[in-house]
Amino acid sequence: MAETTTAVPGVEAKAKAKAKSRVEERLSKLVPDKVHTWPYLVRLEMLVGTILMALITVWSIVVDAPLEEPANPTKTPNPSKAPWYFLGLQEVLVYFDPWFAGVVLPSLIIVGLMVIPYIDVNPKGNGYYCFRDRKFAISVYLFGFLVMWVALIIIGTFIRGPGWYLFLPGQYWDVHKTVAITNVNLADKFGIHDAPWSTLFGAACLVVWLGVIPMAFWKARIKKSETLQKLGMVRYQITAQLFMIMLGTCVKVFLRLGFNVKYVMEWKGMINV
Amino acid sequence: MAEAKKGWFDIVKSSYVWKSIFRHEYQDTYRNRVLQVSSNVFLHLHPTKIRRHALRLRFTWCMGGITFLLFLIETVTGVILMFYYRPTGEYAYHDMKYLQFDVPFGMIMRNMHRWGAHAMVIAVWLHMFRVFMTGSYKPPREFNWVIGVNLLVMTLMLSFTGYLLPWDQLSIWAVTVGTNMGRATPLLGHEGPFADFLGVNARYDARALLTAGRLVGAATLLRFYVLHCIFIPIIAAVLMIVHFWRVRKDGGISGPL
Repeated sequence: MAETTTAVPGVEAKAKAKAKSRVEERLSKLVPDKVHTWPYLVRLEMLVGTILMALITVWSIVVDAPLEEPANPTKTPNPSKAPWYFLGLQEVLVYFDPWFAGVVLPSLIIVGLMVIPYIDVNPKGNGYYCFRDRKFAISVYLFGFLVMWVALIIIGTFIRGPGWYLFLPGQYWDVHKTVAITNVNLADKFGIHDAPWSTLFGAACLVVWLGVIPMAFWKARIKKSETLQKLGMVRYQITAQLFMIMLGTCVKVFLRLGFNVKYVMEWKGMINV
Repeated sequence: MAEAKKGWFDIVKSSYVWKSIFRHEYQDTYRNRVLQVSSNVFLHLHPTKIRRHALRLRFTWCMGGITFLLFLIETVTGVILMFYYRPTGEYAYHDMKYLQFDVPFGMIMRNMHRWGAHAMVIAVWLHMFRVFMTGSYKPPREFNWVIGVNLLVMTLMLSFTGYLLPWDQLSIWAVTVGTNMGRATPLLGHEGPFADFLGVNARYDARALLTAGRLVGAATLLRFYVLHCIFIPIIAAVLMIVHFWRVRKDGGISGPL
């Protein structure tokens, strides 16, 4: 069997490949944890791919994709739900106006995800699972993904019924269900009802949340915290703003559910938060 | 007599045509293992050698690869569906019924396309989750994470545009709910903050750009069809090329140093 292929073109390429393989042989002695892609990785990929194909084929034979009545623009179903992966955002729509829940928040999620590598200056935890080395980063990510995304999707998918009211699974969907809306603005809770002052009160709350608290934390910790020093003001502010907006979204939900707060700030019925 | 020892397969393998196709032997040697990967256009996406932990499913979850395979499944089943589906208000729903009841294996193709799409969304999330948990976005892989986030957005957009195409009550109202958000875009939506500033109205604003009109209608169907079958897949494919290429250029998949 040996040397059956010497006569074909590409000899030079093979000599190069041979030299390369010699180099790699030497490399492999230096880096002993390397293995050949063929067969070790390729066979694993083949195996996973085959299992996945089998699963999806069986699934598709057993379960049919839904197809409802023909599209009818004059007949609005109740509830009308977005595709399931957007139901977390639709759920946030209960607590916020559409410009925030439907446009600004998703944009911030995308931008926030993209800047993660540039605001996380912690060199530890690169290439292995470890909570201890990155407590803050992992906690925030888990909170954002599991609570603010997955949990809200589950709520929106399974326990939201007609009128977007909460119905337990299996509970009768009463399309005539109404719940009296008794929500008032945060300013009203403090006895401030008139237009310019109530707006200023709300704006002050936002300034405290997004401006004063992050700055106070910075002032209090900058001397001692090496992380903050390494982070610098610009990266700290980006991190803090994104973090406070995510947390603030959650706080607003809490204020609504616990204290019937409609808006923290209302400005001309245009920018309501 | 030496000739007699050669089996038919040896004769084939020593032929000029065979040798023009396969540049090396299949025997399990160190050199062939390398060539098997490096001389194959599909496999040479991989390096010839990888670090041992890259084989551990507990580390990788194989979610990136599964996402890519699901994208390929979507492409194949999607092309098959395109043979039977016309993106117009008159025909779209009828073609769905046609696929369901008349086209051989039509229903299975549609099922695979839909469940595969759902699986792909979940696989992308899990892939991102794994990459975050292993800190793989850290230097030198920062920018590949950014590309990955863009691919996540493309996946969601692919799924969302595809959601409209069955042209049933589920799709039209889900897309209505989704695109209604466009109305509230600051500056660019006619019901959003500062709508008067640029003078947008119901016919010309961010939502109308998506839906090709005031309502989700036949024009929207065509628009979403083109986005779904041509525009977004091409962008996603380009981003995927860069994503995979950079995995290698940034030193292979991450691992303990």
